[in-house]
Amino acid sequence: MSMSLLIVQILNGLQLGVLLFLIAAGLTLVFGVMNFINLAHGVQYMLGAYLAVMFYGMTGSSLLALVFALLAALAFGLFLEFVVFRHLYERDHLDQVIATFGIILFLNQAVKYIWGAAPLSLPIPEYFSGSIVLLPGLTYPIWRLVIIASGLAIALLLYVLVSRTRLGMLVRAGANNAPMVSALGVDIRRLFMIVFGFGTMLAGFAGIMIAPILSVEPGMGDTILILAFVVIVIGGIGSIRGAFIAALLIGLADTLGRSFSVDILRLVMAPSPARTVGPAIASMLIYLMMALVLYFRPTGLFPPKGR
Amino acid sequence: MYRVFTPLAAIAALALVTSTVNAQDKLKIGVIATLSGPPAVLGQQLRNGFQLAVKDLGGKLGGREVEIIVQDDELKPDIAVTKVKALLERDKVDFVVGPVFSNVLQAIFKPVTDAGIVLISPNAGTSNFAGKECNANFFVTSYQNDQAFGVAGKYAQDAGLKKVFLIAPNYQAGRDALAGFKSFFKGEIADEVFVPLGQLDYSAELSKIATAKPDAIYVFLPGGMGINFVKQFRQAGLADKLVFLSAFTVDESTLPAQQDAALGFFAGANWAPNLDTPQNKKFVAGYEKEFNAVPATYAFQAYDAALLIDGALKLTKGSTADKKALQAALQKANFTSLRGGFKFNTNHYPIQDFYLVKVAKRADGKFQTEIAKKVFSNDADIHAKDCPMK
Repeated sequence: MSMSLLIVQILNGLQLGVLLFLIAAGLTLVFGVMNFINLAHGVQYMLGAYLAVMFYGMTGSSLLALVFALLAALAFGLFLEFVVFRHLYERDHLDQVIATFGIILFLNQAVKYIWGAAPLSLPIPEYFSGSIVLLPGLTYPIWRLVIIASGLAIALLLYVLVSRTRLGMLVRAGANNAPMVSALGVDIRRLFMIVFGFGTMLAGFAGIMIAPILSVEPGMGDTILILAFVVIVIGGIGSIRGAFIAALLIGLADTLGRSFSVDILRLVMAPSPARTVGPAIASMLIYLMMALVLYFRPTGLFPPKGR
Repeated sequence: MYRVFTPLAAIAALALVTSTVNAQDKLKIGVIATLSGPPAVLGQQLRNGFQLAVKDLGGKLGGREVEIIVQDDELKPDIAVTKVKALLERDKVDFVVGPVFSNVLQAIFKPVTDAGIVLISPNAGTSNFAGKECNANFFVTSYQNDQAFGVAGKYAQDAGLKKVFLIAPNYQAGRDALAGFKSFFKGEIADEVFVPLGQLDYSAELSKIATAKPDAIYVFLPGGMGINFVKQFRQAGLADKLVFLSAFTVDESTLPAQQDAALGFFAGANWAPNLDTPQNKKFVAGYEKEFNAVPATYAFQAYDAALLIDGALKLTKGSTADKKALQAALQKANFTSLRGGFKFNTNHYPIQDFYLVKVAKRADGKFQTEIAKKVFSNDADIHAKDCPMK
């Protein structure tokens, strides 16, 4: 029994991990390549979810909702880049933080104005609803498996893009030394725009995938953003590989901590205090991990070379 | 001399008359509720319910024209205090109605009651203000939280459920919720799980529930947490296997998002939209017409708060000047509550019936809770005995 529970919890951890990876990938690229802190990245995740709900309402098809929402999220990300972010690349980090924080406030309010404050929901696509039997007596929702699979597929795609293509080479070079790339005749503005648009779309994709599981509500991107920052700090800023491994580590640590901390503590303390202390320790676990990583490897687990 | 004095005296007399008329004609009521952030839906329900009542009463309470000043507490106690002080000192309100959340109530309680103004809570009803810290200026039209927590426990015990799994957020109200359930349920507790406040993904907890194989689950996860939990609970295939008992987890404010996922789930409440009283039918129809949403308890309790003020002012002939008389008039609860039977205990908390309610889908496709079973009759909270007011 305890073995099957462990397997399910590992799957749960993987699912949280790939979700975090989808958000952190864009964040780490934008931060690493452009040296730009984009707090509004979480808002893109929220917008992805809202757009999916809206397009689902219009078309009645999950697939069309996914496609339209992705395109709309990309378009909106590029619009923001063009109108606001572009003017912030040369500014210092404090200006970027304040400006992008302003965008969070603005968009959270705008979402509430357009779609209302009440949480919305998106149904699971018909063919992925329900759950399958993994082991006798233990079932697992298919949609969560779909999230894991699509996240892993995107990680693979990103790996190929970054390490095997010319664009990826430029991105890696940009993460190491952006002015030098520019000096070699590469249109760095265009590169930035592509990276930004792609990152935005990934965050939007994460929002779309999670919408059937979580409630879609204003401010839903704010909590996940903090976790995404923890991921990129642990992984090493600018490193896709680091973001992937750190995201899985965090997802697993958080989920396993939440499910087993009380049981482990019960071995050494009375059940009643264990019940209160366990969740508290579990929610601290990822931040403890971050502190440890920063202590031993201040630039993260996999910092891009040459920084 | 005489000629000069007459018009002056007339003006003075006139001024005197108009000033008394002024004092009589505008009754100022400050409404403080959470209107931003994810819990804004609850605050909107509260505000809408109160405004609807004033509209239904012809814009007057106790014969006086009403001016409602709405403030958003943002679910931040410090901001709530600033806003409430503005209501008291700048707007000079005659009543304060609000808030939604207990922590905001704790913050605004003293500023309002110390200023000698009556505070009517249409939702938050903490144990401390029901017991030792009860106050002559404080009235509650909802319930004492423990009562609502106990409903599911009593039902589980009476229905003979053997093994129940409990889950709540790791904070005071969460621990109160589980204690409230256990005070009536004497069967086996499969496990008690506390999650961090605001947790969104319950995959880990749901796996635990599946392995524990209980008969029923008791859930206290208010607002967005409950929406996520209910959807994921259904997705995990547990909804068909166990009885879902809850408090503040499935109601009309969360059902538009939970929809079919919550069908057949149980909660404890003092009211439901289908409660069969003529006033309630009219209220629900009016609310749906005006705001295009099914009212939840927040709306109906705020509606009752307006009726309460109306009834009391009728007894005092519209005057709020004599505080003692006003308090006595409020204590009489001179109105017909939408829930039917209602009277105040000595601590100014209601004595009322509680029901087990069940989520159902209406013919028009909207979702609401419906009364399944009366669990407590004329129930008074246990803290009233500690209240010095007699």
